Amino acid sequence: MKADTNEQALLKGLANNDSKAIETIYKDNFNTIQAFILNNNGSYDDARDIFQEAMIALYEKAQSESFVLTCQIKTYVYSICRRLWLKRLQQLGRYSNQVDSLEETIAVEEDLENHEKRNAAFAIMDRAMNSLGEPCKSLLEGYYLKKMGMQELAQEFGYTNADNAKNQKYKCLMRLKKLFFTQYNIGE
Amino acid sequence: MDDILLLEAIERYLSGDMSAEERTYFETLRKNTPEIDQMVVEHNMFLHQMDMYSAHRNLKHGLHEAHQRLLDRGDINEGEAISTRGRVIQLWNKYKRVTAIAASVGGVIALFISGLVMYFAPSVNGNQLQQLSNDIAVIKKNQQVQGNLINEVKSKLPEGVRFVSGGSGFLIDPKGFIITNAHVLKGSGAIVVNNKGKEFNADIVHIDPEKDLAILKVTDKEFIPRKNLPYGIRKSASDLGEEIYTLGYPRNEIVYGMGYLSARSGFDGDSLSYQLQMSANPGNSGAPVLNKNGEIIGVLSTRQSSAEGVVFAVKSKNIFGLVESFRKSDTAEKIKIPSKSNLRGTQRKQQIAEVEECVFYVKAFAK
Repeated sequence: MKADTNEQALLKGLANNDSKAIETIYKDNFNTIQAFILNNNGSYDDARDIFQEAMIALYEKAQSESFVLTCQIKTYVYSICRRLWLKRLQQLGRYSNQVDSLEETIAVEEDLENHEKRNAAFAIMDRAMNSLGEPCKSLLEGYYLKKMGMQELAQEFGYTNADNAKNQKYKCLMRLKKLFFTQYNIGE
Repeated sequence: MDDILLLEAIERYLSGDMSAEERTYFETLRKNTPEIDQMVVEHNMFLHQMDMYSAHRNLKHGLHEAHQRLLDRGDINEGEAISTRGRVIQLWNKYKRVTAIAASVGGVIALFISGLVMYFAPSVNGNQLQQLSNDIAVIKKNQQVQGNLINEVKSKLPEGVRFVSGGSGFLIDPKGFIITNAHVLKGSGAIVVNNKGKEFNADIVHIDPEKDLAILKVTDKEFIPRKNLPYGIRKSASDLGEEIYTLGYPRNEIVYGMGYLSARSGFDGDSLSYQLQMSANPGNSGAPVLNKNGEIIGVLSTRQSSAEGVVFAVKSKNIFGLVESFRKSDTAEKIKIPSKSNLRGTQRKQQIAEVEECVFYVKAFAK
């Protein structure tokens, strides 16, 4: 079954980080997932974690160029959450034989594997960023994440000119790259 | 300085900010110098990672906001009362009269029935549950024994106070925060005793009779904070049949007991606690209940007096709630609850040796 045009539009919105689309998908799917997790030994916090994780996986899928969702969003999200939750239960050393599979599910193993790789990369970058310390962290965030200009940054951080800020940014970047790549290459 | 210029050039090249002329020049440079080529590739990959990181972070933020908005609007619900005020008011206006009549009829019937029940029901035995704190008589005896045995140790008890109850407690923060049962602390103050018999002064900093839990803080200068705690506190629920053990002070010495988790709810369906099958005695109140991985799953609190070996423990997730409410009432003190157990996979004897050091005998006194 192909996803209909409405769902396609939603996914496009999600890929562009559109808050309206996120909210709609969230609203349509969260309660089912929460009920599923609560019924299977989970808590409200678990439900939120797992669901948001699934949303990120869906986002990654929506962003890839070769993207085709061959089923409804609902089915996809449910399948991802189910796998994630089973895995989590296993990690906690808890057993649940009542994980019901009455709902339609599809195979998502491959997607999840990709998602986990990206998650790992995210965690490494996050750790690297957080161990940089200030002002490096904010400086790099300003330049690479918020896409601020060097002039603007120099003003905000109080450097006398853009060149000094650039110099500092360079040093910070080298540190970040080193932190990131040592961890990243171990992971490979 | 050259490196900075080179990196800037690479960044401009990758983002397509170069003029056609510059671009061709840079591309020949790239072709001729493998080091630069390598740097471009590496930096491109890094920038790609940065972009993904940024997108991922924005999305997380967006999701969090969406969750909060939907929660506020009542579209999703996390166990609290649903706040769909508009509809409720509508319904109320519509059914006001009917509700009033129904309520008054119901009230009359309820009064009548409760009157009947009161009249005919046999008097209920109020002692179905026994709290496992030591009472004064027991302690008096213990104290006499202790007094006979070791006269040279002077107690830290203030002058002119008397013991009212005793129980067990355990550290949840190496700085000296101890969890015990609320019913253990019947008096106005408390001291704690470690497994080597050393006494420390402590303050009662937070008490919650509903959950039957309390937090003590060791204020004694002689108390040496630990680096970390061997066990973790379990946040999620535990499974039926799980093997469990406890360490507590039903006497002046620490005592080990083991059993299993026999029901997911406590006495009379109390969802705050578990039912355990093990032997426990007065004084065990406030003792930690651990599973085989060394995670604390509950706090021993009561036993059923009409049955043998039926014991109840407050679920460990209530500790998180307790600490949260303490945090709200007192911003100066920060309690960090250990979530990971370092005892996973170790032998029981070793686990006990480590846990033992974090379990205290709690003695409550009154003036």
